[in-house]
Amino acid sequence: MTEPRIEDLLRELAPQVLGALMRRYDDFAAAEDAVQEALIAAATQWPADGLPDYPRGWLIQVASRRMLDQLRNEQARRRREDQVAAVSSEPVPVDDVDDTLVVLFMCCHPALKPAAAIALTLRAVGGLSTAEIASAFLIPEATMAQRISRAKARIKASGLPFRMPTEAERPARLAAVLHVLYLIFNEGHTATSGTSLNRVELSSEAIRLTRAVHALLPEVGEVAGLLALMLLTDARRPARTGPDGTLVPLSEQDRSRWDAGAIAEGTALITATLPRGTTGPYQILAAINAVHDEAARAEDTDWPQILALYGVLDHLSDNPMVALNHAIATAMVHGPAAGLALLDKLDADRRMAATHRLDATRAHLLELAGDAEPAVAHYRRAAARTTSIPERNYLTLRAATLAANHR
Amino acid sequence: MKYMLLMMTTDIGQPPITEWEPADVRAHIEFMAKFTQDLVSSGELVDGQGLALPDEARIVTARDGGPATVTDGPFPESKEFLAGYWIVDVDGLDRALEIAAEASASPGPGGIRLNHPIEVRQVMDAPPVGDV
Repeated sequence: MTEPRIEDLLRELAPQVLGALMRRYDDFAAAEDAVQEALIAAATQWPADGLPDYPRGWLIQVASRRMLDQLRNEQARRRREDQVAAVSSEPVPVDDVDDTLVVLFMCCHPALKPAAAIALTLRAVGGLSTAEIASAFLIPEATMAQRISRAKARIKASGLPFRMPTEAERPARLAAVLHVLYLIFNEGHTATSGTSLNRVELSSEAIRLTRAVHALLPEVGEVAGLLALMLLTDARRPARTGPDGTLVPLSEQDRSRWDAGAIAEGTALITATLPRGTTGPYQILAAINAVHDEAARAEDTDWPQILALYGVLDHLSDNPMVALNHAIATAMVHGPAAGLALLDKLDADRRMAATHRLDATRAHLLELAGDAEPAVAHYRRAAARTTSIPERNYLTLRAATLAANHR
Repeated sequence: MKYMLLMMTTDIGQPPITEWEPADVRAHIEFMAKFTQDLVSSGELVDGQGLALPDEARIVTARDGGPATVTDGPFPESKEFLAGYWIVDVDGLDRALEIAAEASASPGPGGIRLNHPIEVRQVMDAPPVGDV
């Protein structure tokens, strides 16, 4: 077995091993550390010695030995020798329960802030090391280590039992899990200034984890919807940036560079899911992206269908970003003036005040309407307010090009 | 030795980049990307960040006996603000100055160099190891 395949296997097994330890010791923080040590041991030994007959059992045994050592050391330090005997050193029975979901629900605990839940999920469920996670978010390793250990302490303090959420809790808890996965995906999808050499592919990792959740909960429409949305969005990634790192908008992308396999998989998934009823926002967003992806040329886009889908989404959620996209779709179907009229309604929305997107969208629609001068002004304003360098470059260039053409 | 290179925007008699010709904007973006990439390739870049423009910037000052005051600023009109920085790990000051000179010469309108000032500051070190 080659090393990349060993790495894949280890990361798939990580949450299962953690689950097995949790069932026995119920100490999340210590169990999680022990699993990381077992993963490191396997990553060095397996390529040299060959794969053990039962990789999962091997990892559970090694991790629980580490855990016992750790508990004994702790107890010795506290001089409570009488309790040492209470720690059993019997091998941990290896059953066939896959605890990936339980671990995932735990990491996306409602008591955690998103940044903490994301970090913990990538480590405990994704099997990434602290150094890899730190590098993916471009922050120092020591800071990431603290973030993770504080998250674990918080979960421990919450006293949350290691089990699946009850039927009543489940919708809210599952929504939190999907939100964390979506945030991980978006973090990877947002192009950064790119000074980091080995940035872990966060988008691919989010897809891998969502795929695992979908395999365990195939009947839940929003899980399938999120997976389809990720596949259909990620399919466009190769065409999303130019050779110099600048952003290329959807309408100008070289569609031959889109990943046809990912589009086919995402489209099949959402096509099979939508007719099953109880539609949620991820499924609608996936459907919108499927419509975009099936157009061979930008001008072939079925905008009336996209407009209808945004209409449904607008009713499902009170999100000004959805309203913004609804305005774009309206402009594409009924003309820029109709889209601009919808944007005017967003001026009063305080949630829009902090973003440059209203300016960027207004600039775009004004440009479509042939109103160059105010379009340039709004592009410039958006460029001054965005916090993404590729996007700032894009908006600056757009303003410059439009100004040059109308001089 | 680590040095921080601070890129200050000062009034160098040029319009803001949003008002340049498209080709000039493109040349500037390419220069900056290559400059940073070269520092990565040479193994000298520790960190580098561009800062959002100061339109949304705030200045916070703690106050005795009350909540901290928050004011807008520095204003873009003030002409001088921090636009971004690089931290480099290099053999010595000479190399840091050489890198700063390169950053200062980024192309502006009409391909003319901007020659904007780059402040070079040494980053504080750990105490020396050895005799106490």
